[in-house]
Formats: sequence, C-alpha cells, structure tokens
Amino acid sequence: MGVQDMMKLYYSRLFPHQEMYKWLAYGNDGKHPRSDAGYFQRREFCFTLDGDIFVRYQSFKDAGEMAQALKDRCPSKIDIGPVYNVDPQRRAAYQGSGQGFSPVERELVFDIDLTDYDDVRTCGKEGHICGKCWPLMAAAIKILDAGLREDFGFHHIFFVFSGRRGVHCWVCDERARKLTDEQRSAIASYFAVYKGQERGVARLALSLDDHPAVKRAYELLRDAFEQRVLPEQQLLMDEQQSQAVLAYLPTDGLRDAVRQRWRGVTDSVQKWEALVEVVEEEAKALEQGNRKAVEGQRARKATLKCLKDIVCAHTYPRLDMEVSKKMNHLLKAPFCVHPKTGKVCVPIDPENAWEFDPEGVATVGSLLNQLNSMTSGAAAAQGHEAWRATDMSTAVDTFRSCFLDSLTAEVKAGLAEKARVAAAEPTLAW
Amino acid sequence: MGTFLAAGAVGGARRPLAEVQQPKGGGKAGGGGKAALPLSMYGELPEGEIAIEEFERFALDRLRVLKGIDDLKVKGFRPDQMQEKVTELWERHMGAASREERARKDVVSHFVLRLAYCRTEDLRRWLIAQECDLFRARFRELIPSDQRAFMEESQLPFRPLGQADYEDAKDDLAAVAASMGAHQVSNAILRGEVQPGSFYKVPFEQVPDLVATRRVLLRQGWAYVSKDQMSSLVVQPFRAALSKALVVTARRWAAVVAPEEADRLTPIIESLSQRYLGPDFSDPEKRGVVGSVTAGDIPLLVRESFPLCMVSMYGALHEQHHLKHEGRMQFGLFLKGLGLPLEEAIRFWRTEMAPVAPGEKFDKQYLYNVRHNYGKEGQRKDYTPYTCMKIIGSTPGVGQVHGCPYKTFGQDSLRAALSRLQVAPAKVEEAVLKAAAGHFQLACASAWEGKHSCACDSGINHPNQYFEESRKALEGEQGSDGGAPGAAAAGAGAPPKTPAGAAPAATRQLQDVLGSNGAQPSGGAAKVQRTG
Repeated sequence: MGVQDMMKLYYSRLFPHQEMYKWLAYGNDGKHPRSDAGYFQRREFCFTLDGDIFVRYQSFKDAGEMAQALKDRCPSKIDIGPVYNVDPQRRAAYQGSGQGFSPVERELVFDIDLTDYDDVRTCGKEGHICGKCWPLMAAAIKILDAGLREDFGFHHIFFVFSGRRGVHCWVCDERARKLTDEQRSAIASYFAVYKGQERGVARLALSLDDHPAVKRAYELLRDAFEQRVLPEQQLLMDEQQSQAVLAYLPTDGLRDAVRQRWRGVTDSVQKWEALVEVVEEEAKALEQGNRKAVEGQRARKATLKCLKDIVCAHTYPRLDMEVSKKMNHLLKAPFCVHPKTGKVCVPIDPENAWEFDPEGVATVGSLLNQLNSMTSGAAAAQGHEAWRATDMSTAVDTFRSCFLDSLTAEVKAGLAEKARVAAAEPTLAW
Repeated sequence: MGTFLAAGAVGGARRPLAEVQQPKGGGKAGGGGKAALPLSMYGELPEGEIAIEEFERFALDRLRVLKGIDDLKVKGFRPDQMQEKVTELWERHMGAASREERARKDVVSHFVLRLAYCRTEDLRRWLIAQECDLFRARFRELIPSDQRAFMEESQLPFRPLGQADYEDAKDDLAAVAASMGAHQVSNAILRGEVQPGSFYKVPFEQVPDLVATRRVLLRQGWAYVSKDQMSSLVVQPFRAALSKALVVTARRWAAVVAPEEADRLTPIIESLSQRYLGPDFSDPEKRGVVGSVTAGDIPLLVRESFPLCMVSMYGALHEQHHLKHEGRMQFGLFLKGLGLPLEEAIRFWRTEMAPVAPGEKFDKQYLYNVRHNYGKEGQRKDYTPYTCMKIIGSTPGVGQVHGCPYKTFGQDSLRAALSRLQVAPAKVEEAVLKAAAGHFQLACASAWEGKHSCACDSGINHPNQYFEESRKALEGEQGSDGGAPGAAAAGAGAPPKTPAGAAPAATRQLQDVLGSNGAQPSGGAAKVQRTG
C-alpha cells in the first residue's frame, strides 16, 4: 500500500482533528458567549491533492466539517494560511468592495531546512537527514525558543518536524498573530545572524562586542559545536571542510601554526582543541605585546573573534526568511504526512530537542500496523480515539503538554475576563 | 485646488494620526501666537490658495531634497551617517522668508508629491523611503524639548524607564551600546553616569527597524530604546500613516481627480513622477517592445548587453541547467523586461533546463513559475523586473547565484568575470575597487563604461536600464560606423531623446534638476535661518 492509499485511514482514524481544531479556534468555538463564532471559518486551508493540485482558500465551520473534508478529499498535504477578514471561500463577493479581502491574523512562523546547511554537512546532501546532522536542527530550535521567549516574551510556541529535512516553528500568542509584515520581517532579521555565503566564507553579523541575544546564542552554540556537531560530523577530518574552517583565521601565520599542530591528530574534537589553543596563545601574546591595555584587549578580542565566526558559520540557525516575513505565507500543518517518506510531522519538545531522532519518527505505515495489531477489545476501549493506542499518542501528548494546554488555559482566562468586563459595564436598563 | 489636495490627504481623515494633529490652543492660527514646531506629521491639509507656479516650484524643490537623499544612499551612506548632508539639502532647497512660509512650503510640497508618487507601488515605495529618511533627519535636528513637544503633540507619549528596571537591565544596555560601537556610552552606563530617564520602554512592535538590526535591548517583548533612538519611534507611525494615505490617495486620484484636472494639473503631476527613479519598468509600456527579443537572441545579447548579475545567472543556468527560485525570478523578470514574450520565455527555459527537467518534469515543476512571472497564474500579478536596490538587498544562500555580483563575488572572481566579459582592463580595476568600497552600482557603471568605451552618464540603477543603455550605445555605434547618410546619421547625432510631445515647463525644470545634479538653480531659495 502506497502512502497515498494509507491516507484515508490516517485521516479517519489517526489524525488528531480535535486538537487541531482546539488550537486553531483559539477558544472561538461558539460555546462561550464572548467568543467570535466565525473565527475558524475565516481561516484558510490549502489542500494539495493527488497530482500536485493546489486547492487554496478552503475553510471550515468547525472540527466536524474539517474532519469530513480531510476524509473525503484525502490531501497529500495540508497547508495553513492566515485568518482573513471574511470567509475565504466567499472572498469573490468582497473583492473590490470597500473592505476588500485581506489577511488579518496569522501565527508567526519559521522554517529551517537542512538543505541550507549542505556546505557544512559531511553526512549527506539535500533531502538527507540523519542523527549526525540533527544537532544542527536541535541547535536552531534552542536558539529560536530562547529568543522568542526571553526577548520577545512569547509563550505559546511549538516546534514540529517538517516531515523530511527540517523543522517548522509556530508562535501562536495573540500578539504574534497580529504582527504586521514589517514587524515579522524585523523579527526574522533579528534572528538572522547568518546572512548567506560571500567570497567563500559565511557572512555573519558578528562584532567584537555582541548584542546580548547573540552572546546567549554563541554560548549555546559553542557547546553544541564542540560536544555534538564536531564529533558527529567529524568536520575537521574532511580536507575540504578543514580548509573552509581555516579560512576564518585572520592570518596565514595562524593557519600555518594550526596546520603544524594538526599533524598526526586524527580526531575532529582534538583538532578543534588544537586550533583553539593556537588562537588563544596568539591572542594572549598580542594582548601582552601591546603597551596600552585598551588596545591590547581589543587585539585579543579581534583574534578570538575567528572562533566565534567558525562556530556561528557552522551552527547558527539558517532561517528561510521569506516564510516568516509575510502574513499570508502558507505553511504545512503539523500532523501532516510527508508523501515521500511517509513520516508524520510530529511536534518536538524543545526541552528534548537534542534527543529527537529524525530517523525514528512514526510513519503512517508503522502507525497503521500498530492499529491493526491491536485486539478488537483494546480498540473498542479507546472508542473513537483509536490513535491513543499507537505512537500517535506520544506525538499528541507532546503537542498538548508543550503547547496546547497552556494556550487553552490562557484563552479561557481571556474570555472570562472579557465576560467580567462586559458584565461590569453599566447598562441603561434600570 | 481644494479637491486636489484633498485627494492628497484623503487618507489622513481615517488614520489615527490625523486626529492627533489637533491644534493645541485656539488662537494659534493667526500666526502671531506661539510658534508651531518646525516639523509636521502632515495630518492636516494646507489651507488657502496656492498659485499653480508655486505648486510646481515647491514640489520640485522638495524633489531635489529627496533625490539628494536617494543619491546619498546609492553612495553607501547609512541613515545615521546622512544627518548633516540631509539638513544641508533641506536648508538649501526648502528655505523661505518666514517661519510660516517655510511651514507652508513644507506641507504643500509634501502633499503635491503624495499625489505625484501615489500611482504605482514602485513610486510609493520610493517616496516613503525618502520621506522617512528626511523625517528622521529633521526630527533629529530638533532640540530635545522640541522633540518631546512634538511627540506629545502627536500623541506618542513614551514613558522613561523606571529606576528598578534600569538597574536590572544596566549590564545588557551597556552590552547593546558596545555592540553598536558606542563604547563611551557603554562605559558611561557601566559607571552609573547615565540616567534611567535616558531610556524608554516600548512594545517591540513600535521599533521594527531597531529590532531588525539588533540595535536595541529586548526583554519579554519590551524594547529598551535610548534617547538617541527616539527618531525611530516617531518615524514608525509616520511611515505607517504615509503608506496608508498613499494607497487611499491613489484610489481617489484615479477615480476622481485625474479626469477632473486633465487639462490643468494632471500633466504637471504626471511629469513630476516621471523622474528620479530612472525608467519605470513596472509600466509594461516602458519595457522593451514585446516580441523584439526571441529565445534565440539571448546568447548574443548576453555577451553584448547583459549586466554582470544577469551574465552570471545565465552562465549558471547554462552550465547547471537549473536556477533556484529566487534566481528564476530575478533572471526571468529581467528577460520579460527585455521584451521576451511568454511563449519565447517558455521555449528558452525549457531548452536550458532540459537536461535536468526534461519534458513533463519541466511542465510540472517549472512551467507554472514561468507563467506566474508573466502574470498568468496565481494572483495574476504582472511582476516587475527587479531594480538594483532590490537585487543588492537580496542575500543568496548556498548554491544560489542571484543577487548583485559586485556585492557577493570575491575580488578575484569579480576580476575574472569582468575580464571574461571583455571589459577594458583599467575599468575592471576601477569596478573592483568600487565594489570593494561598497559602491556596487557605481562599480556596475564602471563595467558598463569599460565594455562600451563611452561614459555612462545616467548611472546604473536597474539591470534593464543597463541593457537599454547598452543597446542605445551599440546602435549609435553601428549608425556612425556605417557612415549612413541622411536620416540615419542625423538620428545618431541627435541629442538624447526628450519625452515625446512638447516639453512643458515642468519637464524643462526637471531636466534642470537632473542635469545640475541638485546644484542650486539661479533665483533659488533664500538662505534659511535655523529655528531653535
């Protein structure tokens, strides 16, 4: 059975419709008197159907309608778009009218792909992903998570495996959903320390004295580079990669000194330690050789900066900026199944990002097998939610514990507050 | 006149800033009362009548300033380095005898330019960019008490940081200052010599420019903005309001004003916007004649007339039979701008990509993209060929070849690429030096000169303009080489074409501006004294 054939079963028995609806309705489920009952209906979904046919501007009244559409049409991919000012299915009626048809709300999203790290990966290229390159993604998750929470004050964030070779991040705070395109661009740029390649080396927005956010990122990345990336990727055992690393050193003298020290060393981590030693010795010598303390310190910093450059060039998150910049950019929904790999886009707990195994991700096939091997009694005990007996339950639990439960609590509190304010308002009916 | 400026300000009535600009006291209007601040959010229309000559002259003077600002940026100045020069431009061109006169000129010229630059996305973007830089510079010229007064008047009350907050954030504030190279400030903060009141705590949404460049401390969604950065706080609402107003103005202009004023003001307004951007390639009529170029012509044209960015993309495409998405956009839209029709474009891309995307694979994966560029798919938008600014601003990732080679190439590869292009050796060096100094467009102009052995007077600001200038130069050469008698020779010898039809006064004056490169025209504005 191909992936596509399994999708019908997947959507009817495994896909967590309720959780998806609960998330995307943000409490506007029509049950609360203060909620906006039309909210979910104004959200765009885009289905990719068999044969790469894009069907944009789908919208649904509620969880039931969405579940039915998924079952009936069996999309190979679901993309989530913005919430518009009107129901996107009826957009034609509003286009050209005074209010027009335009997006009004959208989660802030980020997309990181391992493809963009091909120049610093030794284990494979393009669509390849494995435990050896995963640390690069895990580091990206850590940096984004810390920045979004500490600097921007966002709370409702989740990360999801994109099904093949990367990670998506969704920021769902109300404040994030209401950002303008310009503000989205600004946040993306704030994280964009890595700015592409130029003249054979990475262009990095680093200086001798770093912004606190960059400093925090570097501390984390230095550990990740030394403890995870280097041992896994064995970068310095590869001649081409070693050359690329040496290119960041400020002088030929240093390069020669490092090469000399590398003779006979057969391990990347040891080679790196040797390089650090040479650079630090040089920095110290420069500092002491300078009579003015300020200038000496500056010279030391300037020399040490190449270590920072190397670490960040290899590990700093490389974001696909375009995805984050626009409110109406579509992004694949969590819990989709990648049509080629069959892997489910499962949420990733940022706390356990390092331990996530991209090769062990549940596939639609493995989940259906688990479902089939259940005794009928066990299946019956789970009732409608048969997926609870499969690995899907771990994925959904992660989604809940990392994200959905606290979101729901906040939404509820917000609605209660609205109701309280409304009740407290004096009425004229006396 | 009334309708006219009303169209210019029509956005004002709806946006919050308009309400902000209420006069403080009742008796100010007479002019004898307390002096108004010498800076405006342009929330209110100018009152009274304006002579048509004044209308045009004011606008031209303001354009000289804006063009000057644009030139500075092309030369590589950043906003924070332009302060003095912008102030100088302003005083040179926008002066008037009295304070009231000056304020009136400022407001009138601003609204006229709103009309002139509201009509296309490119024009709007240009105007917003220059006006914001101008506004920032003028705000910075205000003395601190006037800055505060202005913010109050515009209802932008920002609260200074409290003592406890400040103590808590001190080290990080010092680190941010140091990261911007302001070591003295940084040390002063660490030594406790800076008052908490020197910082403002605002939601990060209000200072996207500072966030984007990491020039501000962020904590839990708050941006800690220093006193010196207050201009960012006011530029933001200014930009938002102007952007909104221009869109509304564009609608009104097309629907109501342009037809009504067809004989009187419309020609002036339209000629005002024709300059300063170079040719407007967003207008399909200004592009190459569709069908004048075929897929078969491209290899020859690459050698003769393509700018380096397009040459290198063609090279990559031809060798690897593939370009990534951004590259396909930049190169494909450029080809469209040359006048390559859709069918020819499809033929071209299909042939070039055949080895990696044969037949059906091309149809499935790339055909949509080519048709999309021509506005035949998706939003059906007729995409505009990229300008130099846009190309320079893009950052190619691994394996991508778009962007500006003068920015992305190393010196050696740039030198090699230009030599392959048969640019004269002296000009190659000139271009490499200019590129290294960050003057990418000037470098490109040097390469153009080295390839065509003549001076490039107009500068390069668009790859399609590079191409057009090149064709003009090459055709001129052929004309004189052939020694063609009569009409052809006369054509080649004729001065550069002026816009078709009789040149009205506005056009002549505009050419003055262009020719004199912003120099003071005779009979220009009086010297201005500065207001405190």
